[in-house]
Amino acid sequence: MSALAEKPAAQAQSAAGLSATLRHARYVVRENPVTALSFGLFVLFLVSAVFGPWLVPHDPLASNTSAALQAPSARYWFGTDQLGRDIFSRVVVATRLDMWIATASVALVFVMGGLAGVAAGYYGGWIDRVVGRVSDTIMAFPLFVLAMGIVAALGNTVTNIIIATAIVNFPLYARLARSEANIRRDAGFVHAARLSGNSEPRILFTQVLPNVMPLMMVQMSLTMGYAILNAAGLSFIGLGVRPPMPEWGIMVAEGAAFIVSGEWWIALFPGLTLMLAVFCFNLLGDGLRDIVDPQRRT
Amino acid sequence: MSTDLAPPLLEITDLTVEFATRRGIVRAVQNVNISVGRGETLGIVGESGSGKSVTSFAAMRILDRAGRIAGGSVVYSGIDVAAAPESEMQDLRGREMSMIFQNPRAALNPIRRVGQQIEDVLIRHVQATRATAKEKAIAMLERVRIARPQERYDAYPFELSGGMCQRIVIALALACKPRLLIADEPTTGLDVTTQKAVMELMVELTRESAMSTILITHDLGLAATYCDRVVVMQKGAVVEEAPARQIFSAPAHPYTRKLMRATPRPGAGLRDLLPEDAPQEGAPQSPAAQARAGEPLLQVENLVKEYPRPSAASFAAKLLGRKGEDKPAFRAVDGISFEVRRGETLGLVGESGCGKSTTSMILMRLLDPTSGRVTFGGQDITAIPARDFAAHPLRHKIQMVFQDPTDSLNPRFTAARAIADPILRAGRMGARDEVRARCEELARLVGFPADLLDRLPHQLSGGQKARVGIARALALDPDLVVLDEPTAALDVSVQAVVLNLLEDLKQRLGMSYLFVSHDLHVVRLLCDRVAVMRGGRIIETGSAEEVLERPREAYTRELIDAIPRPPA
Amino acid sequence: MLQIVARRLMVAIPSLIGVVIVTFLLTRVLPGDTASYFAGPAATPAAIAEVKKQLGLDRSLPEQFVSYVVALGQGDLGTSLSTGRPVSTELKARLPASAELTLLALLLSLTIAIPLGIMAAVRQDSWVDHLCRIVTTAGVSLPVFFTGLLFVYAFYFLLGWSPAPLGRLDVFFSPPPERTGFYLIDSLLARDGETFRAALAQLILPTVTLAVFSLAPIARITRASMLSVLSSDFVRTARASGLSGPTVVMTYAFRNALLPVVTTLGMVFSFLLGANVLVEKVFAWPGVGSYAVEALLVSDFAPVQGFVLAMAILYVLINLMIDLLYGLIDPRVKVEG
Repeated sequence: MSALAEKPAAQAQSAAGLSATLRHARYVVRENPVTALSFGLFVLFLVSAVFGPWLVPHDPLASNTSAALQAPSARYWFGTDQLGRDIFSRVVVATRLDMWIATASVALVFVMGGLAGVAAGYYGGWIDRVVGRVSDTIMAFPLFVLAMGIVAALGNTVTNIIIATAIVNFPLYARLARSEANIRRDAGFVHAARLSGNSEPRILFTQVLPNVMPLMMVQMSLTMGYAILNAAGLSFIGLGVRPPMPEWGIMVAEGAAFIVSGEWWIALFPGLTLMLAVFCFNLLGDGLRDIVDPQRRT
Repeated sequence: MSTDLAPPLLEITDLTVEFATRRGIVRAVQNVNISVGRGETLGIVGESGSGKSVTSFAAMRILDRAGRIAGGSVVYSGIDVAAAPESEMQDLRGREMSMIFQNPRAALNPIRRVGQQIEDVLIRHVQATRATAKEKAIAMLERVRIARPQERYDAYPFELSGGMCQRIVIALALACKPRLLIADEPTTGLDVTTQKAVMELMVELTRESAMSTILITHDLGLAATYCDRVVVMQKGAVVEEAPARQIFSAPAHPYTRKLMRATPRPGAGLRDLLPEDAPQEGAPQSPAAQARAGEPLLQVENLVKEYPRPSAASFAAKLLGRKGEDKPAFRAVDGISFEVRRGETLGLVGESGCGKSTTSMILMRLLDPTSGRVTFGGQDITAIPARDFAAHPLRHKIQMVFQDPTDSLNPRFTAARAIADPILRAGRMGARDEVRARCEELARLVGFPADLLDRLPHQLSGGQKARVGIARALALDPDLVVLDEPTAALDVSVQAVVLNLLEDLKQRLGMSYLFVSHDLHVVRLLCDRVAVMRGGRIIETGSAEEVLERPREAYTRELIDAIPRPPA
Repeated sequence: MLQIVARRLMVAIPSLIGVVIVTFLLTRVLPGDTASYFAGPAATPAAIAEVKKQLGLDRSLPEQFVSYVVALGQGDLGTSLSTGRPVSTELKARLPASAELTLLALLLSLTIAIPLGIMAAVRQDSWVDHLCRIVTTAGVSLPVFFTGLLFVYAFYFLLGWSPAPLGRLDVFFSPPPERTGFYLIDSLLARDGETFRAALAQLILPTVTLAVFSLAPIARITRASMLSVLSSDFVRTARASGLSGPTVVMTYAFRNALLPVVTTLGMVFSFLLGANVLVEKVFAWPGVGSYAVEALLVSDFAPVQGFVLAMAILYVLINLMIDLLYGLIDPRVKVEG
């Protein structure tokens, strides 16, 4: 019971802030090897995204009809597709595009949704009503279907995939930021800041926002996975990325036709990589939440 | 009554309870021996973290998943509770021994009718059949004096007041006429007048059927009033056990003595609350403050705050052509007037919902009143909207100490940063060293160790956080500090220290306090004058002694009487 | 009760208005010349102008909006360029195929996920809990089109247990006489056991694919809300009153834990309606999703827009039903309004 509640104060060390967070992060990683594993995977994806084109053994775009539809071998690790392109090289090179779509859309929605939500939750009034109405309208659509509609209308480009993914995620961010800011609007420390002579915008930025941030960061890493899935799903049905550009979703789509005739590798490897990437971000998000969660932090 | 011959109803021997936490095993309770005789009322008293609740949970074997009985035994009427199979324990619980919890509203299933919840227990223990259950449940509601029990049978907990919910919980606990009732802080969170009614109901019902009772409380007064015997616990161990009369007249253990002293009681002054070995001299009053004492500082005239009542029949009803009946706006504060003089402490007393917090929010200029005037040092401060008051020079002169020290500190700011915030905003000092020096000076003033200044709030204890809150309020030399139940979230021993600190600071710095509280004992200690609020109005004002010793209003009398008193 | 339904309807109407406005905007912000899209790639300038007039694109936006809403009111979603048939007719004809698949998948995932979530919470840290954790983490990471393909490879190509992933019924069977449009129900009504079995065989893989996908959020929220309810004060009261394990878990804990689960159902439907499009593509399922995807590939936009609007309206109605269901479980809703 409350014997536990007394502990944090008793055990506290004088070194505060960052070093405590680092210590806690080390603890989480040690306690939860899966988080460590996902962090390793994340680094791997990062390396492929940055250096991919220089690392791969074959040109991802070069077709070679004499080597078409070859099963995985020492020469072609992941086999070749119907045009004889090396699937391994294509999978590695595709990392950059998929990561770029996910990162850009999440960063976009983080800024838009976060600011709109915090302002709505803190100020209330008409800002709250407008943000709420926009969120509700977006939420009235099945999200993937709305993304389809947006890309179809705006045009079939990578930029539009990024915009569509950001838009469908907007309510998630806006609502989280809104409720977190709203709880703190009447917190004792916010009142205290008013008594100290802080102006409202100043309170919003120095008192409320820093406290909302950690949860938003967790949200960000959790939606990275969804953003990758969303983008891959869109290109699977032929939206956004166009062949021959290597992208995981489109590669699975290309391999789909060959599954029924037994050429499994064309779809399997990009699909597995896609899965692993999403998995990695979801696990990282969970791990990050453990680090950030004040309940579990001492 | 228990005799030496009859075996006790509940015998706890050498009990040790452990919790598995992330930092390993924590012993919440260690080698505890407690016995309860038949028909006896036993009090277990202790501050938070003393293990008093854990002990009682262990007695019923309802510890949560992480906890387990690691040693010793609990024997209820010959049954070994630690070893009994779960099915046997289920038969015991509710039928042989029952429990009443704090926070009654949360203790009831929010989406099940209260009558059905009583029925569930009756049917489970074969005290009623489906056919007779409803009748018996209603009879039970009647016994706990719920008015119109037929109707209330169908109510959901959210439709009932806190006091009524606690009556339902009592009905639930007593439905099967158990022989042992464990009441875990049964009145915490209820208003004082409700507290008294609930305690008296509980005592009456248990006496009627010669039930044994364990009353778990942090309140020595409560234990003294209602218990035959008292066990005092500290840090998971029993430190003293004696008949109630004896423990209060001649406490043996130093911890009991300290607890006794720290409990506000009639006849005891502020200094008397501190441990005997504490320095007794108060601070000298500053001469400048003395000279101006008595001049009016804050004047409140006809203050009103209205809130529009949300009409239940809203948008949809209007479209359906139905007119929502326009209820008059709710008046949280209903035309109050009072003044606070320089160097004095005014107590604003009332139960929850009486408008005292709204009043303090308006005085702090965090909220705009509907009408009325507040003059501070001769200047009308209601003329400036709350929104713009942050930039006003008078902002520095009115400060506040908040109810919950944890909630009032930004979890991401260190203690030093929290104290420095008002100084930085006022822009009086630029240099970092200067600000830091001022922080250290303030920390010294409120007795906050300077080496803890760089800690974050979660690394500080409740008392330390309270001191940071006070230091922050004092940073700009305010003339008036509103104290909003500043010790409500603290243990009594910490409360005693903080109250003394506040009094010292007032003497030394010559400020005025507006002390907002529901606890008349605490108010008496600190206040020169008292205003009693009820339903948004001030019903009685006078000097602290007048109001407490010779109250004019029946309601004030009721408030005073409702507070359990330890024997003087 | 009627009043509650009316009140909920009032909440749904602004959503519907929002949906209509957004879909209208989406049809009008097509980059380039909308008319030339609709007229087709080989159209002459005169033909494009004609189409423009036909579509009313030469009028002002408010005017266009009014005629758009009027057309909607008459159930007119435009005409498909590639098939030449009205979009609304096609959608109506294909909706049962999608609905049968989606609802069956939801039913399957609910019957697995809820007991799994409850058991994981009741027996925390047991093998059920670990299984639940794996299922939920893996489930949300699986690209639904990829799992579908894996299933096809394993159960059709390798094992041969499953028929070819080509639509609702094997070519040798004819669809049962239409009553509900759901082959399973129609074939049962027609007492045609063989057709029933054939339809079921086609349904199994896509259903399981969708169910695996929607299982994760349901199991996750069930577990989480059960855990928080189980540690709540009123469950402790119930335990302290000696109520038996099943009563505590089901009557006290589960009914309360169901509230967040019902709320999450809205999100799950959103996922399902989206994933449905991908699964229909993988299994060549003749539903509304594959209709939209096929149209997309030939830049035939009327079906895509009709599909988006139809799905959104459907989703608003589903949310309305979820709201009503919530009101049935939680007595507090009636008061708050």
